[in-house]
Amino acid sequence: MPDILGVFVAKYNYWLFIVLMMVGLYAMIAKNNLIKKLVGMNIFQTAIIFFFISIAYKKGGTLPIIENAHGHSAPAIHAAEYMNPLPHVLMLTAIVVSVATFGVALALAVKTYRRFQTLEEDEIRIRMRQK
Amino acid sequence: MSFQYPALIIIIPVLAAVFCSALMWGNRRLVYPLCVLALTVTALSTFVLLAEVIQFGPVDYRMAGWPPPWGIQMRIDLLNGLVLCIVSVIALVNLIASFRSVEQELAEKTDTFYILYLLFVTGLLGVVITGDLFNLYVLLEVTSLAAYAQIAMGDPDRSPVASLNYVFLGVIGASFYLLGVGYLYIKTGSLNMMDIASILPSLYSSLAVFTAFVFCMVGVWAKMALFPLHVWLPNAYAYAPTASNRIMAPLMTKVMVYVMIRLMFSVFGMDYVFEELALSEHIVLLASIAILAGAVLALAQKDLKKMLTYIIVSEIGYLVGGAWLGNSAALTGTVLHVLNDALMTFCLFLAVGNMSYKLKNLHFDNLQGLFSRMPLTMAGFVLAGVSIVGIPPTCGFFSKWFLLSGALEAGNYVFLLALVFSSLINAVLFFRIFEICFFEPMHSGEDHAHEHSRSVLSEAPASMLLPLLLVAAGLLAVGLYSGMIVDHVVAPFVSGVVA
Repeated sequence: MPDILGVFVAKYNYWLFIVLMMVGLYAMIAKNNLIKKLVGMNIFQTAIIFFFISIAYKKGGTLPIIENAHGHSAPAIHAAEYMNPLPHVLMLTAIVVSVATFGVALALAVKTYRRFQTLEEDEIRIRMRQK
Repeated sequence: MSFQYPALIIIIPVLAAVFCSALMWGNRRLVYPLCVLALTVTALSTFVLLAEVIQFGPVDYRMAGWPPPWGIQMRIDLLNGLVLCIVSVIALVNLIASFRSVEQELAEKTDTFYILYLLFVTGLLGVVITGDLFNLYVLLEVTSLAAYAQIAMGDPDRSPVASLNYVFLGVIGASFYLLGVGYLYIKTGSLNMMDIASILPSLYSSLAVFTAFVFCMVGVWAKMALFPLHVWLPNAYAYAPTASNRIMAPLMTKVMVYVMIRLMFSVFGMDYVFEELALSEHIVLLASIAILAGAVLALAQKDLKKMLTYIIVSEIGYLVGGAWLGNSAALTGTVLHVLNDALMTFCLFLAVGNMSYKLKNLHFDNLQGLFSRMPLTMAGFVLAGVSIVGIPPTCGFFSKWFLLSGALEAGNYVFLLALVFSSLINAVLFFRIFEICFFEPMHSGEDHAHEHSRSVLSEAPASMLLPLLLVAAGLLAVGLYSGMIVDHVVAPFVSGVVA
């Protein structure tokens, strides 16, 4: 039993990201309203961003800014003392991507709404057939 | 002076896109010539690059001079050298061929469209050229975003919804891929493809690496529309503007197949994918199902564009199956089929674009008498159709031959049967169209005057016809010279990765 508890507690960041991801995926698949689907999509992408950020963390690590650089009896740089900055940088890009995707998708939703006067998928389908 | 072509290939179209958007406030007439110029230079650069790779071996380009595991590396070997040429040439030819149809369909939005077009091409080229997994994700999203926006400029009723569906599946695909990259990064601490490939062998037994592989594969499959994940493709491509379905249909899926081959053979490696996992048979079965499902669904369509989109779904099955058979004949066939299928699909969609320039819709009933009305367009269409079916002098035959012999070598008869059966269905599909266009009598009786106007020659403008005929001739040329292409480009790559 303690093993299972360990799996949940010690790796809670992974569980959180999985739960968030599934919430997003569920909304994308099961919701009927286009905006709700888009929100689900955003949650889905955010979950992956959380995942990357959480793997960069080190217990007791500090910000990856080097003190006393360039000579000056500098303390030696131990990578183990710093949090990994790379995932953060990657996620900055991923955030830009997800914002852009969200923007395009919202524009598409607006375009759909102007055409069909609704954002419910089933009604769009009905009105499409009528045209 | 060092060798800068790899960087130029990306930078030129991106800068051209920026300049074009600046020109929106200035002289709008310069936008189109600038696009043509940019893509011409890009196409020339890709050929110089491929020649370099054939002569001196893989080119290794370091962005801003940073050495590989830290900086972004571009690595061009024969495989992506070839795919780069395909992408840039098709993009250029399509830009020229689609000038009139963009004017007809998009009226005052042409400049916006050309900017999106350039960004789309940049993204594709970037995906192909990069040697960095995360960079690949970003460029993949650049491509997809440009694609979503372009698709939504098509049919006013259907295209926004079709594009939204594409967004949903595209985001799921890209996010899965990103997640896979994250798992790989946890295990290896690197994002560079070659670096990861050198670290991975010691981690083959790791469950996290397996998860990474599965996530990457499923993500890429969603983007390339492998059968159960294909639902976004037919509508998105059928309702997109002519100029963009002409470029997306041949390139988007093929570039994703390239990414899959790159991941399987250059990043994870043959040993892992085929020895360690032993999933090959199941995936080939899935691909066979995809081939058959695509073919059968194509058979059920009543609209020419829709039918062709399902043929793409079926072709994806060929490529995935070929790659997963995992022997050198099948891989040769797959790489060759990436080239051939891109050309064949391009030719088909060029012809279809010419038809839709003249006809309101491409419902089968509407196609009667097309041979007499658009003889040259139909000639191109017939060549492309014959090539998809796989009749010898055209290029489609040769890659199918390699795929078939690969399937025989692997002893995978399901895939073999699927290939043969789908070729038969393709024959039925195309000869049905030929029959409608050639033999079927036009509506007789009540509208006699109307009938007369239908049989009058009304060919598409020369700027649309010439590219089509050029590409159709290219189908024959690539078919006749396929031995040379295999010897100089495909075989050296295949023998490099397949032990």
